[in-house]
Amino acid sequence: MSEVTVVTTAPVRAVNLFGRLRALIVPLLAVFTAVLIGSLFIVLTSVFTGTGASVGENLVKGVQTAGAAFSGLLNGAFGDSSGLTRTLVKTTPLIFSGLAVAFAFKGGLFNIGAQGQLAIGSVTSAWVGFAIRVDLGNPVLSAVVHVTLALLAGMLGGALWGAIPGLLKAYTGAHEVITTIMFNFIATNLIAWLLYAGSPGEGIPPGPLNDGNGVITRTPTIYPTAQLPVIYDPPGPQALHLGLFLALIAAIVILLVLTRTTFGFELRMVGLNPTAARYSGISVKRITVLTMIIAGALAGAAGAMQTLGVNYRYEPNQSLGLGFDAITVALLGANNPIGVILSAFLFGAMDAGATRMQFNSGVQSEIIVVIQALILMFVAAEEIIRTMYRIRGAGGPAQKLSTGWGQR
Amino acid sequence: MPSNEVVLEVIGVTKRFPGVLANHDVNLTLHKGEILALLGENGAGKSTLMNIIYGLYHADSGTIKLKGKEVHFASPREAIHSGIGMVHQHFQLIPVMTVAENVVLGEEVTDGAFLDRQEAARRVRALSEQYRLEVDPNAVIEELPVGVQQRVEIIKALYRDAEILILDEPTAVLTPQEVQELFKIMRDLAARGVSIIFITHKLKEVLAVAHRIVVMRDGEVVGTVLPEESTQESLAALMVGREVLLRVNKPPARPKEVVLEVENLSAYDDRGHHAVNNVSFVVRSGEVVGVAGVQGNGQTELVEVLTGLRPAAGGHVRINGKDLTNASPRAVTASGTGHVPEDRHRFGMVSSYTVAENLVLNVYYAPPYSTAPSLRQLPFVTVLYAALALGVFAILAVIWNALWKAALWPLVLGLHGIADVEAASRQEMAGPELFGMLALLVMALLFAYVAHRVATLIMGRLQPVIAPFLKRGGENGGVVLDHDRVDHNAVTLVKQFDIRTPSVTTTGGSLSGGNQQKMVVAREFGRRPRLLIAAQPTRGIDVGSIEFIHQQLVSQRDAGAAVLLVSAELDEIMALSDRIVVMYKGSVVATVNADSVTREQVGLLMAGASAEDVLGQVPAAVPALA
Repeated sequence: MSEVTVVTTAPVRAVNLFGRLRALIVPLLAVFTAVLIGSLFIVLTSVFTGTGASVGENLVKGVQTAGAAFSGLLNGAFGDSSGLTRTLVKTTPLIFSGLAVAFAFKGGLFNIGAQGQLAIGSVTSAWVGFAIRVDLGNPVLSAVVHVTLALLAGMLGGALWGAIPGLLKAYTGAHEVITTIMFNFIATNLIAWLLYAGSPGEGIPPGPLNDGNGVITRTPTIYPTAQLPVIYDPPGPQALHLGLFLALIAAIVILLVLTRTTFGFELRMVGLNPTAARYSGISVKRITVLTMIIAGALAGAAGAMQTLGVNYRYEPNQSLGLGFDAITVALLGANNPIGVILSAFLFGAMDAGATRMQFNSGVQSEIIVVIQALILMFVAAEEIIRTMYRIRGAGGPAQKLSTGWGQR
Repeated sequence: MPSNEVVLEVIGVTKRFPGVLANHDVNLTLHKGEILALLGENGAGKSTLMNIIYGLYHADSGTIKLKGKEVHFASPREAIHSGIGMVHQHFQLIPVMTVAENVVLGEEVTDGAFLDRQEAARRVRALSEQYRLEVDPNAVIEELPVGVQQRVEIIKALYRDAEILILDEPTAVLTPQEVQELFKIMRDLAARGVSIIFITHKLKEVLAVAHRIVVMRDGEVVGTVLPEESTQESLAALMVGREVLLRVNKPPARPKEVVLEVENLSAYDDRGHHAVNNVSFVVRSGEVVGVAGVQGNGQTELVEVLTGLRPAAGGHVRINGKDLTNASPRAVTASGTGHVPEDRHRFGMVSSYTVAENLVLNVYYAPPYSTAPSLRQLPFVTVLYAALALGVFAILAVIWNALWKAALWPLVLGLHGIADVEAASRQEMAGPELFGMLALLVMALLFAYVAHRVATLIMGRLQPVIAPFLKRGGENGGVVLDHDRVDHNAVTLVKQFDIRTPSVTTTGGSLSGGNQQKMVVAREFGRRPRLLIAAQPTRGIDVGSIEFIHQQLVSQRDAGAAVLLVSAELDEIMALSDRIVVMYKGSVVATVNADSVTREQVGLLMAGASAEDVLGQVPAAVPALA
């Protein structure tokens, strides 16, 4: 139809609020069940290893410990201004990296390489942060320019690291799951070489980006101009930096791109039905590469958050596991940017509260990892939750997590 | 003739799916040696009923009696052991294995730990002799014609001692000649006491072979009739629930200029074999050219090459005089071509997209659906938008800041009992600061949203002013999808093409097959294309929708479109075409005027007979169907 005659009466787009709320049921139950099983572990540990006189006593103790653990967790994550700050600081990179995975999912790609893209992004942003000196006379102006440059460098590094698997997928059919995993290893070792501390005693020089301390694998600290501005500094070690707002804006932009633009329309079509996309005249190869570039840039931004907002230099353990948690965050958030914000917040809170939990209750903080793994299992195998709670399927076909081999 | 002995009885079966009553109080009896036709449109509940009998579904209520005994099958395995065999529309054979291996699969004859191939072959041969089902037990499946493969499926069921055979749309993949053979086999089997349930929506076939006909509509049995007392018209009316026009009303064609020109076109299939060999033909404005041929003779590949989905290995494709050999699908669409793909699920639609989105699936990038700017103008527009949004944000923030300092912050401090900020310790300030931070966060989000809405509104108003500076999107299209226009288009097309859907925002996948096809047709026909390529446009859909799509095809032709119709249904080709191109093994064996050939002649050409032999001789060499 080239002509649409009726333009005055816009049909009302049905906003199915109830349907949207229904989408929350499975993730919420997944979290609930995981927490329940986690508590069970705590109680059972007490029953089998407790020092009480009887099993019953141990059981009671176990229940008390579990209670103490979760109140400790909540306290550590939300209890005071520094706890909440810690939560929000940990949420920030998770939003970015969660978006990186979710966005790729929407384009039909399973991006397991967020970890590598994030690490590369951290290093490139750190490099711009410490290697380039920006002095434009005005400190505010210098900071704006330097932070922007460093952030862009991080995104560029991540984008490059995402683009290569994207190109391989598009032009040779190499499966992105395999290539992104491989690129995680390449990233790890590349960074290990770049930051190698060297061994002065044996005359081995340090890596090109090492700060020359001779012992520790890390970059020099970045210039103050490259640090993300602190917007709230409560008592305690952590300060809230601007990154949280950038992450929220990124999520909203990604949401708008996916739902409102022709590019989003194309990307989702490629994810849902690549043959139909080809029929519609879309270059599936182009979309595949672009999807991975943008996903990589988002992961790179997550890495830059840690470098520019938290650590002010790159040390390999600052991004440990962030890219893998991102997969759970994306799945728990149903690959929806708003869902990603919520689930990133949940994971941020769990990470932030873990230490306080261990301190208050004596339960090892690793239980948090167990719970997170259980959440991943329950959202990935949604059917378990649906069967357990007798929830009917949503009707529509589920989002495919991975496609087969072959060129696109 | 069937005996009076009842072998299968379905009593009051009801099956409910979320939102659908698939079967409602269905009753059915099957006698020994009877061919019972189960006739109904797609979605009438035939398959559900058969799946209940076969143990794939459980009925919500009602009973199934096998030879008078009530049965409850938990799985197809149990149904098979009780003597029920089913031949599915899509064969469940392993192409690289032999006939005998396929037949015994799952019920292997073993010699110790090893498969006894010879014994298996012997048993298959015995069966094929007993039931006169000619087939070589040692032939490899993929080398056999489809008709023979189907025979293997039947033998597979008989090998498992099937006394009741369910055939699901068995004629869909066969040539007219193979259909005749299948009917002979069915009659033979029935004479030997096998009871057959024959599922179909083809009226002619039902009248030709069935002893009794059960018609279903909307999950209910609406009539049980005898073929002697029925006509195609009466059956169709029963099936659809209203009078149906079976013949297409078609005024003579008035062909004009050539629109599509195919010259010596060749192409390979996915496995790299020659699929299209040196094919040439033309389609003129105002005529329907039908491509007849049994499925898998290169028609699929031909259409894919014409529409840019598959590279040509040689030759030329010209549309409206423009060489579009190996052009992109988008260039073909842009040249004024509409394409109804043969597999709507794979190519024609995205199941989880809404009806409205599906209706712009390949034109979304062009005006009016995609609005300015194009990618190149994006920076300009982004800067403008950002400036607007930032301006609004700043104004809001200034107002809020003033309000905060004057009233809100003192209020928070008051609540925490802090009189003097300077004197308060960091510890005391933690509470108010936390509150302040949260308030800042919430306000920022709120401001951002308001700023976005205001900026968008102003941008909309500015559009006419800046329009001269912005050209509408080209091949790569604009950036923003105009959902209002997309929905308007959908509302218009849904009305025009009678697509039955609760709303335009329903997902395409939740529509019935016929309505999904109407959706694809609406999109392609609604553009008023110069060239219309319709591949299997009525496959697997109900009579009512077929009638509608046929009428639309003819009206497109009369409006001046050149129509290329590819169909495996010979009746469809005969009813709609003005000229017929017959394809066999990738080549065109004949191009004939539709009114100068008979159905049987085209059938023979489709089976590979040479044009001289067929067109030189008197028709009626093949028994007419029905």
